[in-house]
Amino acid sequence: MPPFGLSIARAMGAAALGLALALPGVAQAQQAPAANANTFDAVRARGQLVCGVNTGLAGFAQPDSQGVWRGFDAEYCRAITAAIFGDPSKVRFVPTTAQVRFTALQSGEVDVLSRNTTWTLSRDTALGLDFAATNFFDGQGFMVKTALGVKSAKELEGATICVQPGTTTEQNLSDWARANRIRFTPVVIERLEEIVGAFVAGRCDAYTTDVSGLAATRSAQPKPDDYVILPEVISKEPLALGVRQGDARFADVVRWTHFLLLSAEEFGITQGNVDQMANDPRPEVQRMLGRNGELGKMLGLDNLWAVNVIKAVGNYAELFDRTLKPIGIQRGPNALWTTQGGLQYSPPFR
Amino acid sequence: MSDITLNAAAKVAEAAPRSAPITQIGFVGWLRANLFSGWLSTAVTLLLAYLIVRWAIGFVDWAFVNAVWSVPNNQTQACRDLRGTGACWAVVTEKHRFILFGTYPYDQHWRPALCIALFVGLYIVSAMRRFWRKELALIWVAVLAVIGVLMWGGVLGMPYVPQERWGGLVITLILATFGLALAFPLAILVALGRRSQLPAIKAICVLYVELIRGVPLISLLFMASVMFPLFLPEGMNIDKLLRAQLAIILFAGAYLAEVVRGGLQSLSKGQYEAADALGLSYWQKTGFIILPQALRLVIPPLVNTFIGFFKDTSLVLIIGIFDLLTAGKTAIIEPAWQGFGIEVYLTVGAIYFIFCFAMSKYSQGLEAELNRHRRH
Repeated sequence: MPPFGLSIARAMGAAALGLALALPGVAQAQQAPAANANTFDAVRARGQLVCGVNTGLAGFAQPDSQGVWRGFDAEYCRAITAAIFGDPSKVRFVPTTAQVRFTALQSGEVDVLSRNTTWTLSRDTALGLDFAATNFFDGQGFMVKTALGVKSAKELEGATICVQPGTTTEQNLSDWARANRIRFTPVVIERLEEIVGAFVAGRCDAYTTDVSGLAATRSAQPKPDDYVILPEVISKEPLALGVRQGDARFADVVRWTHFLLLSAEEFGITQGNVDQMANDPRPEVQRMLGRNGELGKMLGLDNLWAVNVIKAVGNYAELFDRTLKPIGIQRGPNALWTTQGGLQYSPPFR
Repeated sequence: MSDITLNAAAKVAEAAPRSAPITQIGFVGWLRANLFSGWLSTAVTLLLAYLIVRWAIGFVDWAFVNAVWSVPNNQTQACRDLRGTGACWAVVTEKHRFILFGTYPYDQHWRPALCIALFVGLYIVSAMRRFWRKELALIWVAVLAVIGVLMWGGVLGMPYVPQERWGGLVITLILATFGLALAFPLAILVALGRRSQLPAIKAICVLYVELIRGVPLISLLFMASVMFPLFLPEGMNIDKLLRAQLAIILFAGAYLAEVVRGGLQSLSKGQYEAADALGLSYWQKTGFIILPQALRLVIPPLVNTFIGFFKDTSLVLIIGIFDLLTAGKTAIIEPAWQGFGIEVYLTVGAIYFIFCFAMSKYSQGLEAELNRHRRH
């Protein structure tokens, strides 16, 4: 996931590194997982879930004109809140930048990170956090002008490619080019607006960033059909929900809230029909919606938690269509495995 | 006949003195002297005038004639159809409340609006010399307390609003006002401390100033927001805004201290000796003789620093606080409004300009007034 910081933010990263070197204790503090492992009880006692979101990313988390947080990640915050309290409004959104997000989670400033964060091994181990579930599978791709007639990224030999500097995007691009023996000329531009402008003006043949970002850019153009996103995805960017390390109970709640959204889609339970669905004869639906068994209680939640969540945000498909579809992102790898052969897959509610 | 001629000639001799030719004085004279004094300057004048007029016509066309002032329901197609020939002020119409108040609850926007009005009122009252009395400090404390109550709420039937929902212009004003109001007294103490005879105090002040000036503000903000929470005991959280505010106070304090020290050093030794000869104590000497003269001398650099810090508050964007500039940037993230950055940046720039220009103008007046005795 490319950090969405600006040049000052990157300058800051360098400065922070200098400070971290000057203060050896700091580096150790980074690794120590938070001692207070019972976020679930703390959230219950506080009566509010504090959710770390992006400071502004179209489709994922951005405040609308009235200052209300909208987007895919923000809806996940509401879903988790509804699971815990039965009321999606008991959530507090804390905007976090790419630089402060992990500290915010470690220090207890936020309870959960729902903030387009790529799940990687080093983050999972060294940063004192755990990833509960991948709620969006992203990956780096290429966009070219339709008029160019390019059908595959392999045809980009000798092309000029617009890329943002200092991000994993740049590294992925050069790794991929080396592996495929493709020569290219990078056009490195820092700011998103400028890089899109350069691409549209024809300064580069292709523009590379995460597919979700490409789709958003494409849909914002006056004529989206003039641009085409190539089928190759050259990196894995599983965007996951993050919780503090060693906080198993809360992680369970977050994880199963995500699975609930998937299962609801699988069984056709929607925001509109959730009440009627309670009478559905299928046993798994009965268990999920709390008519049968005590699955909610096992999570430490109300037995009707699933009904509350689905009433609040709908199922995964509804949530996706409401937030990401309008900016031009297709389901792609985020389709259900059970029906459309995607990567989203829920373990059974049993 | 000849008589008449003679008389007429005498009258002409006694006629009122004529003014200089119109081509030498007044506006025309000024034009001749400054803009059309030779063929080169005439050519440059005409060329620049042509460019300025062309640019101005283009700007008026873009900003007013072809502009779209509002669109229904986020349907920005009308704006996009302009293809850059006209401004889309609809983005400001739609987002102005977000730019001014950030994510503050929409139905409570009157509270930050009132706070902005209180801040501006406070500035105006403080700027008038007739209010320069001890009571002014009380007014400041009272108004800042009222602003705190308004913003947080939780009393008098106003719902509680946590800090992370504050945003927009009011955050900029809070950071700048609290920052400078608290940094200034700190700066005076540090400046005095740096000139102190007591080695410990002097060392502490020198260390503080040099340490803070040795790192960029952005790294202090980063320390305050990333490192500092890790050292706190578990479960203890100091408000993000408060941490940023402390970093800004410390930073501004160090810079202002050096400005004040400059003023202290420019005073002649005679002033100190005269005050000592009158038998004044250290604080009397400082308060009545030294500081009034020293501060008067450093008004221009002080205001320069104030204006700089007013704008530096926008750096809090790196720690996820929505100040005026960040709120403006966030407003154009929504896909429907992407690509209308110029309009938003112009608006935000105009707001910054109003505050900074007012500060600058006021300081010019103040400087002229306080240094009247020096004029010859």
